[in-house]
Amino acid sequence: MKTDCILNVDHLSMRFGGIVAVNDLTFGAERRKITALIGPNGAGKTTVFNCITGFYKPSGGSLKITHDNGRQIQLERLNDFRISKQARVARTFQNIRLFPGMTALENLMVAQHNALMLASGLTFLGLIGAPSWRSAEKRAIDLSKLWLERIGLLERADDAAGNLPYGDQRRLEIARAMCTEPALLCLDEPAAGLNARESAALSELLLRIRAEQDTSILLIEHDMSVVMEISDQVVVMDYGVKISEGTPQQIRDDPKVIAAYLGADEEEAIAVMESEA
Amino acid sequence: MAGVSASARGSSAASPAPGAAFIFKKALISALVALVLFSLMIGVRTEAGSDGQLTYMTRFGDLAAMVATVFGGSIVVELLRQWWGPVGTIRIVPPSVQSGLALARRGIAPVLLVFTFLVPVIFYNERYILDLGILVLTYVMLGWGLNVVVGLAGLLDLGYVAFYAVGAYSYALLATNFGFSFWICLPLAGILAAFCGVLLGFPVLRLRGDYLAIVTLAFGEIIRLVIINWQSLTGGPNGVTGIPRPSFFGIPLTPGDDGLAARLGIEFSTTHRIVFLFYLILALALLTNWVTIRLRRLPIGRAWEALREDEVACRALGINTTTTKLTAFATGAMFGGLAGAFFATRQGFISPESFTFHESALVLAIVVLGGMGSQLGVALAALVMIGGFELFRGLEQFRMLVFGLAMVLLMIWRPRGLIGHRAPTVFLHHSQAISSDLVKEGHG
Repeated sequence: MKTDCILNVDHLSMRFGGIVAVNDLTFGAERRKITALIGPNGAGKTTVFNCITGFYKPSGGSLKITHDNGRQIQLERLNDFRISKQARVARTFQNIRLFPGMTALENLMVAQHNALMLASGLTFLGLIGAPSWRSAEKRAIDLSKLWLERIGLLERADDAAGNLPYGDQRRLEIARAMCTEPALLCLDEPAAGLNARESAALSELLLRIRAEQDTSILLIEHDMSVVMEISDQVVVMDYGVKISEGTPQQIRDDPKVIAAYLGADEEEAIAVMESEA
Repeated sequence: MAGVSASARGSSAASPAPGAAFIFKKALISALVALVLFSLMIGVRTEAGSDGQLTYMTRFGDLAAMVATVFGGSIVVELLRQWWGPVGTIRIVPPSVQSGLALARRGIAPVLLVFTFLVPVIFYNERYILDLGILVLTYVMLGWGLNVVVGLAGLLDLGYVAFYAVGAYSYALLATNFGFSFWICLPLAGILAAFCGVLLGFPVLRLRGDYLAIVTLAFGEIIRLVIINWQSLTGGPNGVTGIPRPSFFGIPLTPGDDGLAARLGIEFSTTHRIVFLFYLILALALLTNWVTIRLRRLPIGRAWEALREDEVACRALGINTTTTKLTAFATGAMFGGLAGAFFATRQGFISPESFTFHESALVLAIVVLGGMGSQLGVALAALVMIGGFELFRGLEQFRMLVFGLAMVLLMIWRPRGLIGHRAPTVFLHHSQAISSDLVKEGHG
């Protein structure tokens, strides 16, 4: 391997009955970089995400995560919550999945469950109010405050998450995922439903995460302005297979990608591209 | 009937003030429906005659009275609705009244607590009220225990009485067979019930909603049937008799020389034991409350509530939903078991009769009525349900009817329970209640 990849997807296949959603997909996500996974609707992007984050068991292939300390974990062998707990892969959802009846702060506290569970001595130390638990709780609140400040929601920390505007909910979900202190953050269409100003704020947040945290980002996105602005590397999928991979500039100029998006054959696509240029 | 009233409501919403003709027409339709329904249910009564043949008699008088009641009632309801105005109207409440209400809301819990502490002092000579108080407090404790499972974790449990039974039988059998004292048996009963909670938890981990409810219902029945049929251990339908009464930390509450009264040099009275039992169940209930409030502010409690809100998101955050659900079942079951042990020592005799589905339904009703997840709401609901039930005792066989009607009215007035909003477990600036519209009820 030439590049330092945090995630290696190797010959991944996912079949639902007779339908092949992902077919022999191979790509890598570079460490501390932003990798975008794009493609037309129904290309199998979310299926790839669900395989990575343990919601589906892949039909074939392997998913390997390599942590900074060199520890390697095969994701397809872990299930469900262990992906987040042991492999430190966090995700957000296409349709926001916050805890609507809990406050923004509580949402971020729930994300720190595993660390706090240990600090509370599996609840027993916490029940008697041991000093070690109190200080751990305070640190957790401080971390939550830090993230609330970063997403500009410090003032609304005590509001129910379900009461926040849509754009704030999107950012809160990212902050919640970041509170699990992940090595890889998987974002499923983070800019969906956002207006231009909100998606600019989102791009800024993601660039900041890349710059300041030890977190690599993998995102699915349809909003090309966001993809082109922040991605270091883009993987394009169509009908379950990878059709292109490269820098945003390379992808922009790839006739295969244009053909996939415009549904035209290559010559027509090139014609369209040339007429635009 | 429901269809008729629903369509009538629809048309009344369209025209803001329906006239007398509309009200009359609606009452007539209701009366007609009542006539059709009740003509067979009330109008004709069949009985086995002297030789075993089927005889019938007509009761047209009763039928007419019933239909007339529906007719009149329909008019009254419609007039009341017009007087009250359409649902969802914003009524302006003066700020002084609002602040007064807020103060009353904040003050109700401490006032109730102080009053509860004083009940044995005020009503020392009224055995009936003391007994009723003990009964209410037992249900408060059961409600708070079930609240962990249903209110916080959002897992619908229709078999809660099973843990109550396990706790009661644990104490009864340990005390009668091995002579263990109440204070040793109490934690043991709690642990055994918690173990049963885990036992129930495992098979239902993957179930949600209605399916979970059915399996928990079955679990409650299984425990009862095991108790009935395992005669050699539990005495079957005859129950367990001669369960020792609790001692005051080793000093028995008996008239003898070593009794508490003799040692304190006061005259013996059976009320002492009742008062002691009252404070005992009060202490147990307050323990349940304290632990639940503490747990809500710990990661496990937040995970329970998060599980109720969105299980998929919990898994994505690395929360082990299996252990989280099992701890919720175990914690709820433990409190049920403690209450069961208290029940056994208070009664001195237990039998499977005391642990029917009716009890589960009653406790669940208390939790739902109180407002799922609210500690104060559950306590108020237990007071209303158990106390109110006693209040209607004078009505004899109509007691259930009046009681049911009161419940229906309460749920129309407060669909999410007496206290429907949720208080956050942690806050930065100020704690503000979260509206019940946002809080999920859980999917099982």
